[in-house]
Amino acid sequence: MAKLAVRNLTKTFGANAVLREISFEVADGEFCVLLGPSGCGKTTLLRLVAGLEEASGGMISLDGQRIDDLPPQKRDVAFVFQSYALYPHMSVYENMAFSLRLRRLPEDGIRQRVREAARLLEIEGQLEQKPQELSGGQRQRVAVGRAIVRQPKIFLFDEPLSNLDASLRASMRVELARLHRRLRATILYITHDQAEAMTLGEKIIVLHEGKIQQLGSSSAIYRRPANPFVGRFVGSPQMNLIEGRLDEKRAVFRSGGLEIDLSEALSEGWEGYAGKALTVGIRPEDLLFAGRDDAWAQAEVEIIEDLGSDRFVHLRCGEMELLARIPAHMAVNRGEVIRLTGKPSRLHLFHQGKRVQ
Amino acid sequence: MIGALSLLPFLWFVLTSVKSAGQITAIPPQIMPAFHADFYRSAVSEHGLFRYLANSVIVAGSTTLISIAIGALAAYALTRFRFSWARSCLMLLLAISMFPQISIAGPVWKILSHLGWLNTYQGISAAYVSLSLPLAIWILSTFFRELPYEIEEAALIDGCSRLQALRKVVLPLAAPGLFTAAILVFIHAWNEFFFALIILTNSNLQTLPVGIALFPGEYTMPWGEIAAASTMATLPLVVLTLLFQRRIIRGLSAGAVKG
Repeated sequence: MAKLAVRNLTKTFGANAVLREISFEVADGEFCVLLGPSGCGKTTLLRLVAGLEEASGGMISLDGQRIDDLPPQKRDVAFVFQSYALYPHMSVYENMAFSLRLRRLPEDGIRQRVREAARLLEIEGQLEQKPQELSGGQRQRVAVGRAIVRQPKIFLFDEPLSNLDASLRASMRVELARLHRRLRATILYITHDQAEAMTLGEKIIVLHEGKIQQLGSSSAIYRRPANPFVGRFVGSPQMNLIEGRLDEKRAVFRSGGLEIDLSEALSEGWEGYAGKALTVGIRPEDLLFAGRDDAWAQAEVEIIEDLGSDRFVHLRCGEMELLARIPAHMAVNRGEVIRLTGKPSRLHLFHQGKRVQ
Repeated sequence: MIGALSLLPFLWFVLTSVKSAGQITAIPPQIMPAFHADFYRSAVSEHGLFRYLANSVIVAGSTTLISIAIGALAAYALTRFRFSWARSCLMLLLAISMFPQISIAGPVWKILSHLGWLNTYQGISAAYVSLSLPLAIWILSTFFRELPYEIEEAALIDGCSRLQALRKVVLPLAAPGLFTAAILVFIHAWNEFFFALIILTNSNLQTLPVGIALFPGEYTMPWGEIAAASTMATLPLVVLTLLFQRRIIRGLSAGAVKG
């Protein structure tokens, strides 16, 4: 296993810059997730590390050794493709043994490694089958197995679970986490699914428009999003973002009929933002129904989505639409007008696209 | 019905080939033959049928091998590397293959004569390869294009060089395409008459179609021997096609990626 370092990595296709000055590190044995919407450049980044694309600038190193000028077969990386990309003319066993044969390992060693990986992934019974005889989940396991047997320096996963149905995806997710704990492998994993990123990633890198938006642990990214994009992209249902302005004389934020006292949230230095445009973010679970005195605003209940465990309440507050997540036992009716509030410590304040505080 | 109609002449000369000399010219015509092997014997002994057959096998075989080898590499390059002119290159090939043979016969003869390759196996094979390459490249590039590129990328990451990936992954998967192209090239070379006629004037080197055409003497028309030789010329093609039919039809790339 090894440490991956990426420095100022840039990739352009013609005049189109897909990745701009990307720098990050993945520690030895770390599970790092690259999270971003489709088209953010995350697949390109992974392919650059694998050597399937050539970088336009910057460098990539594994254990301090530069690899960006090496062809893929010399980099000692394993890649699990979104489409699995198994060799259809080979049995499951041959698929997994292929890379070991190329390295001219003795047949005994090959058999041992393949059997071990097959046992780990519970596909021992499928070793003699061809890929087309397998289910989607089994193919996924073979693709992972093909990577494991190689004992590479780093595993690269390209949205490996996105072709599986929802229940299988959830169980494979847990299995991947377990696998990582057993192998202590260095993993770079890309996904557009924030739930997948939160559960798997020890480190999460949020990528958008070819740039790193934020880098940190899942809880740090959830609790302190660096900008409105990260705030909205991570967390489900999405964070409410309210555009408005701070009062000239007091630490009070206004937007439409909504008024929030920010004197606690902006305890020091609110004067710097006096009269300026601010964006207030609040997660649906942090939006509370208030008593008479401390309400930020009044809102009408438009739609209630009942999920059993809790409810999503869609609210209208003048021009603004807000979403609240409340426990299932709380009584609320459609058309009802309620008062809203929240804890100042749970507010996320942004100014000109950056976090304030 | 149409199939039966088009098979009728074939059936007629197969039957003719096993008739006796008297039966061929009998009036009214006799349908059931006497099952004599006389014509085969005389086609072999007097007209050198086996020599023609061997020549045909050598010429068509080498043409097929060379065409598929070059064609596979060319088609691979045209479909896999990001050339902006790959498309126009394929179109140009198609246009070239449309040229009537007669229009290039002169230049081809001239070139081969300069090389001293007239009346040689390599001369006729070179001419055939140049005729069949566009077809081979077209067929193969269609097959290569349908193979998911990710399978090859997986091979590269697993430790293959480009050529190893081609040999161990792409070619096995493109096998149905290779067989289809090989059979078509082989049939074309096997049947070709015109180039063989002008390039091979030495009767020791002539192929079956030319050989059979030269069976008739000044005053004789050996119908029986011609029918026997034609049957012998047709059989290998029928056997080849039946043999490889299964491989041609089987779609090997199913199940490679999600599906």
